[in-house]
Amino acid sequence: MAASPLTLPPAGDSWAAGLWRDNPALAQLLGLCPLLAVTTSFVNGLLLGLATAAVLLVSSICVSLLRNLLAPALRIPLFVLIVAALVSAVDFLTHALFFDLHEAVGLFIPLIATNCAILAQAETVASRQPVGHSALAAVATGAGFAGVLVVLGALREILGSGTLFAGLDQLFGPAAESLEMSFGLNGALIAILPPGAFFGLALLIALRNAIAARGNRQ
Amino acid sequence: MAEARPIVSLLVVTAIAAGSAALVTGSWELSKDRIAANQRARLLESLSSVLDPALIGRDLDPVLIDAQDPDLLGSEGPVDVFVPVDGTTPLAVIFASVAPDGYNAPINLLIGISVATGEVTGVRAVFHRETPGLGDQMDIAKSDWILQFDGRSLSNPDITGWAVTQDEGMFDSITGATVTARAVVRAVHDTLRYFERHREEILARAREASLARQGEAPQ
Repeated sequence: MAASPLTLPPAGDSWAAGLWRDNPALAQLLGLCPLLAVTTSFVNGLLLGLATAAVLLVSSICVSLLRNLLAPALRIPLFVLIVAALVSAVDFLTHALFFDLHEAVGLFIPLIATNCAILAQAETVASRQPVGHSALAAVATGAGFAGVLVVLGALREILGSGTLFAGLDQLFGPAAESLEMSFGLNGALIAILPPGAFFGLALLIALRNAIAARGNRQ
Repeated sequence: MAEARPIVSLLVVTAIAAGSAALVTGSWELSKDRIAANQRARLLESLSSVLDPALIGRDLDPVLIDAQDPDLLGSEGPVDVFVPVDGTTPLAVIFASVAPDGYNAPINLLIGISVATGEVTGVRAVFHRETPGLGDQMDIAKSDWILQFDGRSLSNPDITGWAVTQDEGMFDSITGATVTARAVVRAVHDTLRYFERHREEILARAREASLARQGEAPQ
């Protein structure tokens, strides 16, 4: 677990932290296993991103509400229990509601329970901050994680399959089918194979670091 | 963080455990029927994809039996055999055979065979780990390769024809994935051979199963 002392100022700085400065995927490099595995298309990334963000939000609220009642020795096991229960619920509900999509990425939904980004959020933010701030920080972090998932998914889908937004109807109903774009390319297979995940993530991290470095110089 | 007293900790742990259990149970109760219905619909959909189109649209709730033959059906354990019936008359058999010698892992197939003609009515790969871009051309979503088995039988072509073109057979191979193509051709051929040998036994068991089901059904 990342024990880095993330002392978030209690102000509206949460958005900058969650989306950019302490982005779980690009800066903390947490939760990379599901991130790398499912981002073969935009819609896969979106489902896992939304599921992760939902678990992150609800677990942060629960942890924050309970923060003054928990003995330190019991804290981490109880966080794990809360997160695991939430993940199970999300797993069942997405299986019922988005059956086809769940067949594709369902393997990785239970793995949300082992996503260090969620436990890190519970331990470093939610267990130390009031509910409102914890919830806001969780939304920002969840959005940051989901954002990386969809950007990486879209990037790999365009490069690997030559499409974008394919299969969106599995999430939003038949009306979304028309959103699919095809670029008439066969696509570079490597982008949707595991190496493509590492290349894509490396590019995003390099881009973030370059922008951050430029910001520091000025 | 204040040091909590043991009794408080005990209550909190109990409450969280109970709440978690309730959450998991509740969401399962809420989802399970819909998940089962989805799985059933998915199964019927994939079964109908390997059936004679003339049968599709009829209400053919298949009976499920099993068959075991590691040599011909590719699996050490029993494989599922779905038999759509009209009343108690089997119309087709669908083997969930395995091609054990796929390139990366065994390939799970559905192979539909017409009872009347003994011809293959459809083959689909339902689960495989073949290389994306090469072996996955057997997926109907990627190419029409798998359709070349439609209408084939043990006598069409004869035994020498049941191979890929590189091996002097008459089935197209898959560019860059000959191993995959060979595995599937062999699995379809072996399943046909199995059905030829055990035809009467399979059909009799299907009739029995459909009779048993009718007996169970509420009148």
